[in-house]
Amino acid sequence: MKLTVMVNGRQVAAEVEDRTLLVHFVRDVAGLTATNIGCDTSSCGACTVLLDGQSVKSCTVLAAQADGCEVVTVEGLAGPDGELHPMQSAFHAEHGLQCGFCTPGMVMAAVSLLRENPAPTEEQVRSGLEGNLCRCTGYHNIVRAVLAAAEAGAEVTR
Amino acid sequence: MIPASFSYKRAWSADEALDLAAQHGDDAKFLAGGHSLLPLMKLRLAVPEILVDIGRLPEFSYIRDDDGHIAVGTLTTYHDLARSSLLASELPLLAHAAGQVGDPQVRHRGTIGGSLAHADPAADLPAVILALDATLVARGPAGRRDIGAGEFFRGLFETALEPGELLTEIRFPKPQAAGWSFQKFTKRAIDWAIVGVAVQGDRVALVNMGQRPLRASGVERALSGGAGPRDAAAHAAEGTRPPHDINADSGYREHLARVLVARALEESRSRA
Repeated sequence: MKLTVMVNGRQVAAEVEDRTLLVHFVRDVAGLTATNIGCDTSSCGACTVLLDGQSVKSCTVLAAQADGCEVVTVEGLAGPDGELHPMQSAFHAEHGLQCGFCTPGMVMAAVSLLRENPAPTEEQVRSGLEGNLCRCTGYHNIVRAVLAAAEAGAEVTR
Repeated sequence: MIPASFSYKRAWSADEALDLAAQHGDDAKFLAGGHSLLPLMKLRLAVPEILVDIGRLPEFSYIRDDDGHIAVGTLTTYHDLARSSLLASELPLLAHAAGQVGDPQVRHRGTIGGSLAHADPAADLPAVILALDATLVARGPAGRRDIGAGEFFRGLFETALEPGELLTEIRFPKPQAAGWSFQKFTKRAIDWAIVGVAVQGDRVALVNMGQRPLRASGVERALSGGAGPRDAAAHAAEGTRPPHDINADSGYREHLARVLVARALEESRSRA
């Protein structure tokens, strides 16, 4: 089927198989490979992107379901001059990653979380990131990063 | 994993969805948020030839106070249920339980109608609608039909819906008894409940204690006979046939049901 998805502000149109998953569309068609495929069973959250502003696990959404919609991946967060999004800066400053595999999904889940709750408590950050697994057990610094980003007003920018 | 090949059809109206389903019969499945169906399709446990996507029908996403009932559209997401101020005041059990399903990403996509039509006995909302004595409204080639929650779940992944029938609305009477509780035990937040319990007043329903969501009739009988929470909860596993799987054996689930029912009844009383 033919579909068009706005990915990071760029219109991506392609003819794909009906069964194509959004994560494959993002990686193979749009060529944006920061979004990782981890468990492929909607458990780990590594493939989290924003679909019309809300976090989703792109391994459990058909590309067809995103036809005509807006998708933002971690590549779409930084400014045009390469300036990091406040959430990315906070992950950097607070050492919110170790191996980095979960990071793109973790950052997108955190961006979605702050859109819904701009001033979360630590507990709300922890439950808000329930859908994202970090196998380096780096949760403490990730939570600190999200709280720091909230403090810096990350939800109001971009 | 990608699903086996299928043909994707997007419906732009309820009539179009029903027409497509009628045309393709047993080969077609409705797709709402896809968070129950797509994982099964990736595992080849479901292999529909046609997916009829009803996810773009805005008329099926609503929560409203309707003639003494609360009416919820079939495409209302867990996220919207959990954040609804109307549900927070009228059906706090539903709002709270919806906020415990899966994780935020799943709650953004998964829908109440999708969960109920899927009829997984380990899912949270089927037991919740039993405890709330809901009525399910279906539309099919023969018109509209109301199905009581108690008659809706027939077996594992099996409901009273006929082929080609679409679940369109869930109607809830406003509860007479105010106390409520929802308890579930999982290893990780994102897992299905090993056992769960939904309580509204004296109605008690169990998650994952059999082939379908169940009322805990032994507990309800004990409560109506004047038993307190602890004594009533001792009957929690009566009449159940809990599964034995990688997460727990049947005996452990029976124990868990008694513990969780006791907690749920105590919490419910504290809110009444």
